[in-house]
Amino acid sequence: MIEVSIKKKLFSALGKMQLDVEFTIQEGELVTLYGPSGAGKTTVLRMLCGLSSPDEGRISVRGQPWLDSAKKINLKPQHRDIGIVFQDYALFPNLTVKENLRYALKKDQPGAIVSELLEMMELTNLHDKKPELLSGGQRQRVALARAIVRKPKILLLDEPMSALDTTLRLKIQDYILRVHEQFKLTTILVSHDIMEVIRLSNRVFLMDHGKIISHGGPTEILPIESLKQMVGKLLD
Amino acid sequence: MLQWDPFILTFKLATVTTVILFLLSVPLAYWLTYSRYKIKYVIEALVSLPLILPPSVLGFYLLLAFSPQNAFGKFLEQYFDLRLVFTFEGLIVASILYSLPFMVQPIHNGLKLLPLSLVEASYTLGKGRLTTLLRVLLPNIRTSLITAFVLSFAHTVGEFGVVLMVGGNIPRETRVVSIALYDEVEAMNYEQANLYAVTLLLFAFLTLLIVYLVNYRSRLGKVI
Repeated sequence: MIEVSIKKKLFSALGKMQLDVEFTIQEGELVTLYGPSGAGKTTVLRMLCGLSSPDEGRISVRGQPWLDSAKKINLKPQHRDIGIVFQDYALFPNLTVKENLRYALKKDQPGAIVSELLEMMELTNLHDKKPELLSGGQRQRVALARAIVRKPKILLLDEPMSALDTTLRLKIQDYILRVHEQFKLTTILVSHDIMEVIRLSNRVFLMDHGKIISHGGPTEILPIESLKQMVGKLLD
Repeated sequence: MLQWDPFILTFKLATVTTVILFLLSVPLAYWLTYSRYKIKYVIEALVSLPLILPPSVLGFYLLLAFSPQNAFGKFLEQYFDLRLVFTFEGLIVASILYSLPFMVQPIHNGLKLLPLSLVEASYTLGKGRLTTLLRVLLPNIRTSLITAFVLSFAHTVGEFGVVLMVGGNIPRETRVVSIALYDEVEAMNYEQANLYAVTLLLFAFLTLLIVYLVNYRSRLGKVI
């Protein structure tokens, strides 16, 4: 179980905003943080992996505190059992696909997982290519594979498909579902694409202005207007 | 007949200076890029000072500082048996300060241009700062590193004011090519002076040519 309760003053383009979120996720769930840009979704992800710190709050994973501002606990990103796919993929340009994956290996971790993931993501043929030679969808798969190498318990996806076209999105969504199941992950997805949210997640946290305004199954809580829009798109 | 000693001395000075500068500048540029302390702007200004300061000003203060009659010079001599005025060691210290911006700035600029997400990705993949620096950051700013190396080396070769102030003109100790050239002009040996001058000129031109070619190739996306 992941329990999160964090507060932070944010300064964005829209002015000051108080981020104040509290939520609990069960193991094995695939949940989405959904909301307009500037709602604070990415900041929540960054705090989960320790890349930014809240002003105050607590994050505990399976009863183990990762962050407790009252007790001055704040695990470094290196010590959090987490994999993240960044919006810009953040692949290391100097390393090939395979080397990007191998870079992630833990000390003494057998390298078999690298070949396994290359095969699973259909990247075996591209293993010796540098990221600059890959297409958007291929980069996305490398980033996803790299995030899994250490077999983390939690996978974080920060708008992973925002730069891809619809056909590719569907394909990547399949890969995400596949790794989520196979590696028994708890996955948190940040998205503002309603189709993606409905297709992927069990539960949605609707965020706006730094707060979670509702949560539940995707079709229960997503704004009716967005659902209509989506149906419209499908019919088109 | 061209004397080779000043060339050997200049080459030795530039090589030692460049290597030490590199070792100092990587951590310094890293700190300037990623530190959140406001004092970094003061440090950045100090590092860049030799770019606009007359070399003789720097040389003058170093001469005072290194002098055994003053506290710092006395301290070095008493505890380390080291004299920095009119010695090769003194030239190295002076050159390091004088060429510091030429090494730090390209590395600093290179690091600034890399997306922060590369560092963050490396951290979330369990890697510490040193591994991230050596395996992700430095290999991805190769062009900047080459530029920094070449410019620092060339700038040290081209020193005059600082060397004259701190090192004087002692054959095989502090008489580098630019000083030898000045010496020949003073003695009205223009032919000899011309040989030194042409060599320095060609060297400076080739240096810049290398820098521009390296940058051009990297813009084309070619691996160096």
